[in-house]
Amino acid sequence: MALPNKPRGEIAAVVDPEVVEHSCDVLIVGGGMAACGTAFEIKKWADDSLKIILCDKAAMERSGAVAQGLSAINTYIGENAIEDYVKMVRNDLMGVVREDLIYDLGRHVDESVKLFEEWGLPVWKKDADGNTLDGAKPAPTLREGGAPVRTGKWQIMINGESYKCIVAEPAKKALGEENCMERTFIVKMLLDKNLDNTIAGAVGFSTRENKVHVFTCKAALVACGGAVNIFRPRSTGEGKGRAWYPVWNAGSTYTMCAQVGATLTMMENRFTPARFKDGYGPVGAWFLLFKAKVQNGLGEFYAGSDAAKEELQKFMPYGASAVTPTCLRNHLMVNEFKEGRGPIYMATDVALNAFLEEKRAAGMNEKDIKKYWKHLESEAWEDFLDMSVGQAGLWAGANIEPEKTGSEIMPTEPYMLGSHSGCCGIWTSGPDEDWVPTVDGTRAHQYKWGYNRMTTVDGLFTAGDGVGASGHKFSSGSHAEGRIVAKQLVKYCRDKSHTPEIAQSAQELADEIYAPVKLYHEHVGATTHADVNPNYVKPSGLMMRLMKATDEYGGGVATYYMTSGKLLGICMDLLELMREDSEKMAAGDLHELLRCWENYHRIWCVEAHIRHIQFREESRYPGFYYRSDFPKVDDENWKCFVNSTYDPKAGEWKCEKVDCVNIIETDPWL
Amino acid sequence: MPSYVDPSKCDGCKGGDKTACMYICPNDLMVLNVEEMRAYNQEPDACWECYSCVKICPQGAIMVRGYDDFVPMGGQVHPMRSSDSIMWTVKFRNGNVKRFKFPIRTTAEGAANEYAGEKGANLDDECLLLESDLPSPTKLA
Ligand SMILES: Cc1cc2nc3c(=O)[nH]c(=O)nc-3n(C[C@H](O)[C@H](O)[C@H](O)COP(=O)(O)OP(=O)(O)OC[C@H]3O[C@@H](n4cnc5c(N)ncnc54)[C@H](O)[C@@H]3O)c2cc1C
Ligand code: SF4
Ligand code: SF4
Repeated sequence: MALPNKPRGEIAAVVDPEVVEHSCDVLIVGGGMAACGTAFEIKKWADDSLKIILCDKAAMERSGAVAQGLSAINTYIGENAIEDYVKMVRNDLMGVVREDLIYDLGRHVDESVKLFEEWGLPVWKKDADGNTLDGAKPAPTLREGGAPVRTGKWQIMINGESYKCIVAEPAKKALGEENCMERTFIVKMLLDKNLDNTIAGAVGFSTRENKVHVFTCKAALVACGGAVNIFRPRSTGEGKGRAWYPVWNAGSTYTMCAQVGATLTMMENRFTPARFKDGYGPVGAWFLLFKAKVQNGLGEFYAGSDAAKEELQKFMPYGASAVTPTCLRNHLMVNEFKEGRGPIYMATDVALNAFLEEKRAAGMNEKDIKKYWKHLESEAWEDFLDMSVGQAGLWAGANIEPEKTGSEIMPTEPYMLGSHSGCCGIWTSGPDEDWVPTVDGTRAHQYKWGYNRMTTVDGLFTAGDGVGASGHKFSSGSHAEGRIVAKQLVKYCRDKSHTPEIAQSAQELADEIYAPVKLYHEHVGATTHADVNPNYVKPSGLMMRLMKATDEYGGGVATYYMTSGKLLGICMDLLELMREDSEKMAAGDLHELLRCWENYHRIWCVEAHIRHIQFREESRYPGFYYRSDFPKVDDENWKCFVNSTYDPKAGEWKCEKVDCVNIIETDPWL
Repeated sequence: MPSYVDPSKCDGCKGGDKTACMYICPNDLMVLNVEEMRAYNQEPDACWECYSCVKICPQGAIMVRGYDDFVPMGGQVHPMRSSDSIMWTVKFRNGNVKRFKFPIRTTAEGAANEYAGEKGANLDDECLLLESDLPSPTKLA
């Protein structure tokens, strides 16, 4: 018997939380790869008088997208030209990217990777005979010129189970444990009372004790990753936790920056990766390391067929690349499904056996083949065990042995992120260098305004998933970008002498943050059920409402990613009602309060996403989403950024086209 | 694949004010019930099965069972993590067992160099710590 109706969670929320005020120079919001980069680097430029605080909603050792570990570092330039990295990213993201940001990232990223290795991350190496050594075997380091094991042109393999622990350790040590506030969820960034368009602080709360934290700061970094649980997932039961993207990143970055007026860019871009079905295990190593191919339900390796080549011809120059852009690869797969030629299989069996056949053909004896197979099998499983254990669990439960049978792959539900093979995010200044284009107009049109990676709001910076129009940073690039920002934060503090002042009182802010708790206590007695109440909605219910609306009208899996102006209009209407109802979310305990504010962040960031898709009258990313009313890639009219800015005073959004300037040669395109 | 706690093994981290599983879960799922002195996963359908709680539990009390909406029963994936390596045991539904061991770290825990006290040279250029001579793009448009 669930009666009497009481809070579900263990830490009940009280109506009047303690209010704690903090004053600092720099506030770092987030504790993921980017924020760890900032935490490590910032003291190298700041003197001891600069007060720096970091807030992470979780524990830095295992927070963010790398919590579980990773099996590869996807951006390591090494022997390649940075210009070629820019070209690769530009092509994968269908031409509309900030080449200045990408080049800048490319020139810093390797240094982060070398630091990771020095800190203890095992990096696979090639020995003199070209054999693979795992990361614990003695070999020259990357800094000493050691040869990493490349899977693709840009990726290197690691034993990355403890990747995040290894990166968080020096970050925390450098900043000082006492300056890292874990389990502190930041809800809103706050503008300065006296200065226009200038950051002055933030407000958040503890998920462990009834405390609201109000910060004043001169400069802030917001690096809270991307957004998940914004479209209905393919698994809606227990398995809804097994999203590809980590379920704990709720779009906080985009929402919190947008709300104070930071211009967003390319929010129409989303990422719907093709992954192993249900377990959402990674496919990169299977494609690149094991050279596996995908087969349709008829047993055809459709991706290399003449029909596929002909289809790609429709998307020139992007379709001509040796490595087909991620969205177009999805497009080919979605076409197979729509034509009824599913399921799609990753032919793991064919790939693994081909390796063994190759060894046999080269005369390897059966005993050595057995040894070789052990090694190969271990590599294949490690890929899952390092970063997607759930996929290994699914194989174990279903008795799947990859050498005997292939496994289904499928595009997931859409996510929003700016550091993986997606590029939504915030419009930032590039480095203050001659080769970065000078463009007239407001900051929303410019490429540089003094502080690298500063948003259009003074003193507000972002990194990693936050910086838009420059995808393919991955874990290493996000860390490097956080380090870039560290130096800029210090420079900004040196240059500005004002004392930040927040417009609202600390108590007003606390009341706003704890409004869902007040609502709960006011109305909990109106019903015998914990979740069904006519006066409020629980965050879990509102999240399902959001995901249903986006799935059905915003181009989710329900419609094979198809939407239209008409459907988007309906989605916007539903979102408006949701935004109103988000003020009716109730929380009986601190965990639920966390879920309330995460949802609030989700709703806002989805609204920006839908607005951008509505504004861009073409289908720039076939395979990620389609507009039935504008089904083509229209380079003539839309080879430009879409930037949007929310005016916090007027409460209005403005979307605009912004010129996309190429820095690196376009002929040859690749 | 949500995590679950075996009540016969969990000791509530000996009643400390910070249990290991609560400390580590990136999604704020593990909680301690103080009366029972046992932890539990309060939202199994929000569990990413990242195994952070499983790896950190000092009593080995946390296991994972496959998501009931797509994983057939009977399989089990369980780690044993030491300071430099991790050993995974993969038990299949049909009883087969595979074991894999991987290195996880080449330095002692706590030994990562944070370059304490080290300072960068010029706040007004774009070089980060340990960097000099940054390139500018060639092959311009
Ligand atoms: C499934 C998956 C697989 C990947 N595989 C690879 C790979 O193989 N190789 C590779 O190099 N890269 C890979 N990546 C990419 C890499 O993980 C990301 O690029 C990188 O983690 C982004 O860094 P970030 O700092 O922007 O975000 P994250 O690392 O996700 O950090 C976000 C941080 O913000 C905190 N946070 C969130 N909201 C709030 C809030 N409101 N208040 C306070 N704190 C908050 C979180 O707790 C976390 O600390 C993968 C990503 C995913 C999702
Ligand atoms: S870490 Fe283990 S022993 Fe400690 S409270 Fe959690 S389940 Fe119990
Ligand atoms: S497996 Fe990960 S997400 Fe699930 S309860 Fe444990 S720590 Fe949390």
